[in-house]
Order: sequence, then structure tokens, then C-alpha cells
Amino acid sequence: MTTIAIPPGMPQYDDAPSYDVAAVRADFPILAREINGHPLVYLDSANTSHKPRQVLDVLAEHYAQHNANVSRSVHTLGTEATEAYEGARAKVAAFVNAPSVDEVVFTKNSTEAINIVAYAFSNASLRPDADPRFRLGPGDEIVISEMEHHSNIVPWQLLAERTGATLRWFGVTDNGRLDESGLTDLVNERTKIVSLVHMSNILGTVNATSRITARVREVGALLLLDCSQSVPHMPIDVVDLDADFIVFTGHKMCGPTGIGVLWGRTDLLAAMPPVFGGGSMIETVTMAGSTYAAPPARFEAGTPPIAEAVALGAAVDYLTGIGMRAVQWHEKQLTAYALDALGTVPGLRIFGPEVPVGRGGTISFALGDVHPHDVGQVLDSLGVQVRVGHHCARPVCTRFGVPATTRASFYLYTTSDEIDALVAGLEQVRKVFR
Amino acid sequence: MQLEFLYQEIILDHYKRPQGRGLRDADPAHQVGEAHHVNPTCGDEVTIRVATDGDTLHDVSYDGVGCSISQASASVLHELLTGRGTADAFEVHEAFVALMSGRGQVTPDENVLGDGVAFEGVARYPARVKCALLPWMAFKDAAARAGVGASPTEVEA
Repeated sequence: MTTIAIPPGMPQYDDAPSYDVAAVRADFPILAREINGHPLVYLDSANTSHKPRQVLDVLAEHYAQHNANVSRSVHTLGTEATEAYEGARAKVAAFVNAPSVDEVVFTKNSTEAINIVAYAFSNASLRPDADPRFRLGPGDEIVISEMEHHSNIVPWQLLAERTGATLRWFGVTDNGRLDESGLTDLVNERTKIVSLVHMSNILGTVNATSRITARVREVGALLLLDCSQSVPHMPIDVVDLDADFIVFTGHKMCGPTGIGVLWGRTDLLAAMPPVFGGGSMIETVTMAGSTYAAPPARFEAGTPPIAEAVALGAAVDYLTGIGMRAVQWHEKQLTAYALDALGTVPGLRIFGPEVPVGRGGTISFALGDVHPHDVGQVLDSLGVQVRVGHHCARPVCTRFGVPATTRASFYLYTTSDEIDALVAGLEQVRKVFR
Repeated sequence: MQLEFLYQEIILDHYKRPQGRGLRDADPAHQVGEAHHVNPTCGDEVTIRVATDGDTLHDVSYDGVGCSISQASASVLHELLTGRGTADAFEVHEAFVALMSGRGQVTPDENVLGDGVAFEGVARYPARVKCALLPWMAFKDAAARAGVGASPTEVEA
């Protein structure tokens, strides 16, 4: 037998990374619950993930032992709280391979993170001395896609209204992929920012961004990637992605609600005017005017969600302990299993890629002409929790000609037995509505 | 048991075989009002058209897309209110709204609500109450535009 050595520095073949799913499930207290007399089958992690005891403990311990305000106290508790808060920032930075800890801005969620960037553009557009990369006016263009969550549509519509810039967007193909055919026309010399979803929260599509990034660089625009659905589920490296901004949210990645992240390149954050004014974001304040702190503090006005940030740090530790490559592989296997299993259900139509390639573990579907609300209600009676509705991505529903879809989404604790329970539940739905 | 309580046979029947579905042209002599209501959380839609001479609801026609609860509710509404005196119709409306707001604590009167009593189970599912009420809220707006009753919302059609 001969072995071929792959040169160092190149991707190496190795065994598929794995972990003990049963042991992971035991970390999540809520997974022991029963719903309507059935074991909980939670298939709504794209909506929000559950939290392991390791995260819940850190949250409780922070309040029980280290509670104080950050960045303004000389006392011991204040120092502990500040160290914990800034320690969480360092963990998050390492998690996405940010070149500098100061590139991580804590926000309330992804929505707020996107709005901060949009309002930075807005504020810069009012100041002739602002960095031209952030100045928008009539004739300038903002590019998004039809695949976006409302949180990556509405802030840009509002920004276009305020500045007179034009909003344009990529379409979606019949297979639920980003339609890049008009790339060179869509992203052009007038484009100031392209803001795209990395993984669709409704179709499950993972967008390959390299062609778009190359074009964005060519025309000198900026690129924001909404990684709300990708950071929790796969290794993300901001250097590798070559984006200018990414946003994600803690509650979808085993962390608490109320904490999100805006990552931005150092020079861009430094060039952005502040958005929220208040404590912590200033350098000096006089009655005649103020100067502002450097990022990230510039964008974190007021007392931040301290305990939530610390707990997000614990969530990052938890996920890192399991390994994001292992999480990604587990979900890839589940997605392949689920696509096959759902394919056996008569009358079921999948919206989005039907192969487990270039997609994550979020699957939207229709079951005949049974309304998703009715599908979700019958599934709930069997303990199966799925999301129904337009998933805050109404343009996608419109694109596929449906008012709503049923969506099953997986995470590191999901099992193939749970997918079997979903398929059995769908059989029950067909019986009730036949 | 819970599921059967929600999806009572009567509801499924109205869903699969809706009564009087479709928007109908009214007699030119009648006052006509129409309202289109949407549930933004799920995308359910219903349009209700009321034709009245001021005393009697000569026709309550409707169209819509949505779940079994909202569409069956529109069918029941049509069946219950078409041909009724306006005062009488608002009494039925009030009884249905009271039933849906009762969190399962209100016992419906079949003499007033007819097939509407089947929605008793829906009242126990807070997430679905809005589905059942969608056509009834649209009806109230449509009736107000036809010159009978007061509009709860004054939403543009």
C-alpha cells in the first residue's frame, strides 16, 4: 500500500470528526421535557437553539458571584465583571478568527448589528468630512438578495429612503440558490455595499461568496454577510471569508437571548461614525460637543448585556469543546438523512436545495395543500416542534408562490430518531386532512 | 384528545367544503362594504363583502387563503350571518368574539352560534384564536363600510 502525502499547509484528509450525541443531549436540560405526552422533538433551532447547562450555570454564577457594571469601576467586582465581559469578547473573536479583539462589537442581536452599519452609512452621509466609503446619495446603490431575512432587507430599504440611494437585489433560482447570473451588472461602480445572507434561514442554502467577494473588491464596495445561521453551525473564519462585516446572534448558538455580534474590519469600524450616543461610547463630553471612543466601545453605548455576553463566551467554549467541524459534519449527515426521509412522504415539496450540498440543516417544505399552521399544530400534538409561517423571509415565500412554509431545522443535539418522528407526524397530518 | 378538540369534524368539514365561498356582485339597490384583513404573522388573508339594505344582510360573501381554522371560520360566518337582520348579526358576532376571547372558559350557545360552537376548542389555543377571528374582524369592518355597525379598526381595504 502506498500513501500519498499531502503537502503541509494543504487541507489534509482525516477521519470524519464526531462526538457523542447522547452525551451532548444530556447537557441540555430542556431536552428531557415532554410535550403533550410525547418526548420533546425540537426541530426549531434555526429559530432559537437550546442552552446547555454549562451556559446556564455561567449565567447564574455571573449574577450570583461577579455582578457589577463594566468599564467604570475600580472595585473588585467591577474588575471581575469587566474581565469576564472582555474575556467573552476575546473568545468570540477567536471563534471567528478575528485578527483583533477590538473588531468584535457586542450588540443586542443580528438585527441591531445590521442596523448599526446601516445607520453608520446614514450618519456619514450627513457629514461631508466622513469617510467616502460610507457616504451614500442619489445614484449610489445598495445590493441585497431576495433570500434575505427581513432584518437584512428593511434596514437597507430605510437607508435607501433616507439617502436617496437605490436598493437592488439578487434573485433566487428555482432550486433555491442565489442567482448570480447578473452579478457584474448588479454589483458595479455605483455599488457602495452588498449585504447578503451566508446561510438562508428558510431555504437552508449556504451561499458560496467568493465570486461575489471578488466582484465587490473589483468595484470597491463593502461586503456584509449575515452569518446568523452559519456561525452556529459551521467553522467560520472571517479572514477566509474575506468579508468586511459579519453579524450573528448568541441565542442561535447555545447562548442567551439579548446578545449579538457585529464583526468589522478595524479600519472600517474606525471610519464609522457612532450610531447610539450615551455612556461608554465617548472620549470626552462638553456641553459644546463630544468626541468618541475607539471601536468597539464607540458602538456599545450604555450598560451592555454583560451576563449575556459572558454566557455567550461560555457557549463559544462549549461549541469549541465539541468542535465546529464535528457539528457541521453531524448536521450534514442529518440533512442527508432528512432529505431522503422527507422524500418518502407523498405530496411533500421541498423549497430549497434537495441535495445535502451547499446547504445546511434547515429544511422548508409544503405538505400537499395543507396549510403550514395546520401541519405545525398536528405535529405539536405529537411533541414535534417546527416553525410555520413566512420565517421573516416573505419575499422567498412569494418567490415560490406560497404564503407560508413548514420548516424543520437541526442542531448539534438533533438525532435521526427525531427526523423519524417528524416523518411519522407528517403521516398523521395527512390522515387528519385527507 | 386535544387535537380532536381543536380540529372538530365540523371545522374540517367547513374547511374541505366551504359554504358560499367567492365574492359575489351585490344587488345595485344595496349598500356594499368590503374589507381585506391579513394576519401578518402567518400570511393568512380574507376578504369579506357585505351587501345590506340597512336592516338585513342580504349577502356575506368572502374569499381568502389560509389555514383550516381561518377558512372554516369564514365559511361558518357566511352561513350564520347571510340573510340575518343586522342587529341579530351583531349579536352573533359578539357571541363569537366572546367565545374566542374566553380561553376555553366560555360555554357557547348553539342557538346563537350554530356551527360556530365547534370553535370552542380553538379558544384554548392562544396561537390560533387570531386565525378564527380573522374573518369576523374583516366582517365588522366590511359591515361598517356598508353603513351598518361601527368599525373596530378603520383599516384601509
